[in-house]
Amino acid sequence: MTTFSEDLSQLGTVRAKASGTQFLDSKIASVVPLKERNLMDVKLGALPSWILMWDFTPSGIAGPFQQGYYQYYNKYVNVKKGSITGLSMVLTAYMVFSYCLSYKELKHERLWKYH
Amino acid sequence: MNENLFTSFITPTMVGIPVVVFIIAFPNILFPNPNRLINNRWTTIQLWMVNLILKQMMMMHNIKGRTWSLMLISLIMFIGSTNLLGLLPHSFTPTTQLSMNLGMAIPLWAGAVVMGFRHKTKASLAHFLPQGTPIPLIPMLIIIETISLFIQPMALAVRLTANITAGHLLIHLIGGATLVLMSISTPTAMITFIILIFLTILEFAVALIQAYVFTLLVSLYLHDNT
Repeated sequence: MTTFSEDLSQLGTVRAKASGTQFLDSKIASVVPLKERNLMDVKLGALPSWILMWDFTPSGIAGPFQQGYYQYYNKYVNVKKGSITGLSMVLTAYMVFSYCLSYKELKHERLWKYH
Repeated sequence: MNENLFTSFITPTMVGIPVVVFIIAFPNILFPNPNRLINNRWTTIQLWMVNLILKQMMMMHNIKGRTWSLMLISLIMFIGSTNLLGLLPHSFTPTTQLSMNLGMAIPLWAGAVVMGFRHKTKASLAHFLPQGTPIPLIPMLIIIETISLFIQPMALAVRLTANITAGHLLIHLIGGATLVLMSISTPTAMITFIILIFLTILEFAVALIQAYVFTLLVSLYLHDNT
């Protein structure tokens, strides 16, 4: 992975600041391929094409979910002195999710005089 | 109030996607795999409980019956965790649906009965006639025993459905009554609230007991037929 300043110097313009590599000249086409960029590096106009480049096969869809599960599991549950926090966060999220699902019926149970 | 009471039992769909599939699969992620010799606390607790239940339940079976251990343990884990998760507010409990309980009860019961008929045909048929019945009663008794055999899966499924559904309905009703009574007369609301607390404790017990009863009966049918 080349740094941004090396990319810019390759194309002939020398406008990179000394401090960081985040300085972006809008006239320069990006040299990092679209697929490998993270969400923060994608420009707003390129967002639909970046989303369409995702892997929509079953194993491609299961990958991020599995990764997310193990990120949570290894951080909160699979530790030497895990506490009730790991489980209760999951249960709270499940409760909020169920509330959102049943909001339509719960609307009628508000304590108003006229519904 | 009338239509609100049963709306918590409709299967949740979200813009046409049956979310109920994910809700049924949700307890699965609460049981992580034990990878190591000494696991994290959550896994250790679960392993300890599984060992306890396993020894208690499979003690009475012979070698052939113990091949069903995995099935019975996963059954009790599933029903127990699903019932307990249903006690959270606003959540959907799959075991309130008769369709799912029938789907659990009928194959397990049928598997036990068919296994009994295949391996011990004479003994399975002999179950239809208890020992020492007077001879004139025999035809009627065989009919009654056949009916009682075929009612076993229905009873399994309906027992679980009715218990869990009734518990949830009671909690809804008494909770609603407490809310309404708060503005009318507060002491009555306090009494109703204490009733609600006891009911919730009962529901926790019922959730676990129902799982246990379901699994125990299946293992009983298994014991008869192995």
